[in-house]
Amino acid sequence: MMLGELFVIGDSPVFSVLIWGALFITFLYLSRAPARRLILSLSRLGYQALRLGAAATVQAGKRLEARNREVLLASGREAKERIIEREFERIGATVERDLSRYPEIQRTLAESIQRIEDDHQQTSDVPPEVPGWTKAVEAIAKVPAKADPSVRQVLEAIHGAVRKAQQQSLRAYRESSRERHRLLSRMMPEWRRIQNTLGEMLKAVTSLLERSRSIDRHMLEYRDIVQGTDRALTSLSASALVTFAISALVIGVAVGGAVINFSLIARPMAEMVGGTSYIGSFQTADIAALVIIMVEISMGLFLMESLRITRLFPVIAALPDRLRVRMIWITLTILTLLASVEAGLAYMRELLLQDELATTALLRGEDVAALAGETMWITTAAQMGMGFILPFALTFVAIPLESFIHSIRTVIGMLFAGILRTLAVTMRVLGNVIQQIGRFLVNLYDLVIFAPLWVELKWRQAIARRRQEDPPESGSYAANYGEVSL
Amino acid sequence: MKLRNYAVLGLFVLVGCSGEPVNRTTGVYMLLDTSGTYADEIGKAQQIISYTLAQLEPGDSFALARIDTGSFSEKDIVAKVSLDTRPSTSNAQKRQFLARVQEFVESVRPSPYTDITGGLLQALEYLDEKDPGTKTILIFSDLKEDLKEGYVRDIDARFDNVRVVALNVTKLRSDNIDPRQYLDRLDAWRQRVEQSGGTWRVINDLDNLEKLLRT
Repeated sequence: MMLGELFVIGDSPVFSVLIWGALFITFLYLSRAPARRLILSLSRLGYQALRLGAAATVQAGKRLEARNREVLLASGREAKERIIEREFERIGATVERDLSRYPEIQRTLAESIQRIEDDHQQTSDVPPEVPGWTKAVEAIAKVPAKADPSVRQVLEAIHGAVRKAQQQSLRAYRESSRERHRLLSRMMPEWRRIQNTLGEMLKAVTSLLERSRSIDRHMLEYRDIVQGTDRALTSLSASALVTFAISALVIGVAVGGAVINFSLIARPMAEMVGGTSYIGSFQTADIAALVIIMVEISMGLFLMESLRITRLFPVIAALPDRLRVRMIWITLTILTLLASVEAGLAYMRELLLQDELATTALLRGEDVAALAGETMWITTAAQMGMGFILPFALTFVAIPLESFIHSIRTVIGMLFAGILRTLAVTMRVLGNVIQQIGRFLVNLYDLVIFAPLWVELKWRQAIARRRQEDPPESGSYAANYGEVSL
Repeated sequence: MKLRNYAVLGLFVLVGCSGEPVNRTTGVYMLLDTSGTYADEIGKAQQIISYTLAQLEPGDSFALARIDTGSFSEKDIVAKVSLDTRPSTSNAQKRQFLARVQEFVESVRPSPYTDITGGLLQALEYLDEKDPGTKTILIFSDLKEDLKEGYVRDIDARFDNVRVVALNVTKLRSDNIDPRQYLDRLDAWRQRVEQSGGTWRVINDLDNLEKLLRT
């Protein structure tokens, strides 16, 4: 007997369906109130749970945002402090270089001014006047009593003496004028010297003013950061995102360089460590090449740290200067040695490649001599050059790496905050959807049992009509206990 | 001190991750039939030898032996090499190997009998001794065994983890008359190898040697 046959009543399946349907609807009608409560409580439960979840997520998001804010402000503050510190160092250098010579410059200026003053004083001495009695001489010369020989002789003697005196005075005047001109021309270099000195001073002062303006600007931004203003936060967030993108790009380029470097040294490394040994599933030669590149990058990091260009390791930055300089030389020496090793390996790579090509050609029965070209040295030299330069180029990856590490904290924080916000919104929406689904199910339930509900409604209306027409007497069941509600 | 500890720890982690060392080397033993008219096919054999040498990596082994009247002998090994782990030395060894093969080709004389089984036994011995990760026996022959009277070759040899590749299996005149002989001959060798734990493959198209050392 099939299971379905158990539910067949009589011979007609339609009759069975009708009977079972009627029974089912009756069951649903009778259990309407608890079913409604169940559906509504379940939907409310889902709604409340999701609301609580959303509230908790929002709280977590707020905490994360606060933490991000702190991290961002702290990193911004640190960066700004470094910039201001650097500006002050530059001002210090300018003051030390230019303004420390101020007493000397002042003395030079004073001496120059003194010399000019002296020269000026000397030029102000009154020159001997040109004799004013020229007219008298002319007047004597025009005296009519020239006919008298004695008078004439006297007058001529006077005229001669006067002329002589006039010439002497003129010579003295010219001498004096020449001396004044000489003194004045001697003042010119002094003026120029003063002008140059003042120009230098002006340049130094202008530089200081520019630096001070820059410091003012940085100080304003620093104050904003310390106060935690929205403007500072927006600026720092944008800056962190830009820094992250740029540093990621540069690191990507550096990775490309490292890959090329790896391919340059991996093959010849097999000559040193053997081509058949493996560590795990990786060839030892590949791992050795990778280790060399990693050591180079590490040396580059230490070099940059020692030069105080980056500040990833506070221990190195805090080292005494002498030790730091020693570290610079050590890392630079190791880097140079590694670069030389790489250049050698690159050369060996070319030799191996040629050897392999020759062997392959021999195995194919081709002419081996045809492979040797005159321009082979170019590729060899290029490979060697790359092998030597790339380690030093990789040194500079420390700078974008530092920026990347600093900015990634902010970027990840922002990312997680965004995810939490989205999650909270999704949970709220889901909660509302569940609530609406509960209501929808209740309505659907009523729709399924619309027939008994309609009968109930009609019955209630009939009772209500009857009550209006014939109010219940005191003591009747309905008057005492009210209507029976299903 | 800390740095050294980390370095030692890293080394242990690396060694720990490596687990059981995997043998990635390849061992190839090639049997070259020099009997009767098949000796004329030796030019094709050179092509296969060159291809095989080109495919081998540092650390791999390769031996070339002739099939003659009694092939179960070290004297029949024409040339053998275990390639050095250094690529440059390995290349030099390949060139030397090729030179020895050339000398052999120029001086080869046809043998009256064909002892393929003896050659296979010698090949198994060589490969077991070298113990490479992948063992391959190349048989350059028409697979028609012709033993001299008195030579016993009814031996149950094991071909576990050994790939046997028959190359350039030429059809004899009798095969042309009755192709079943050719097919039966191939099938008999296949069954013999596979029932002894090995794998069997036939490559007659020498322009398609990519599958020669590939599993």
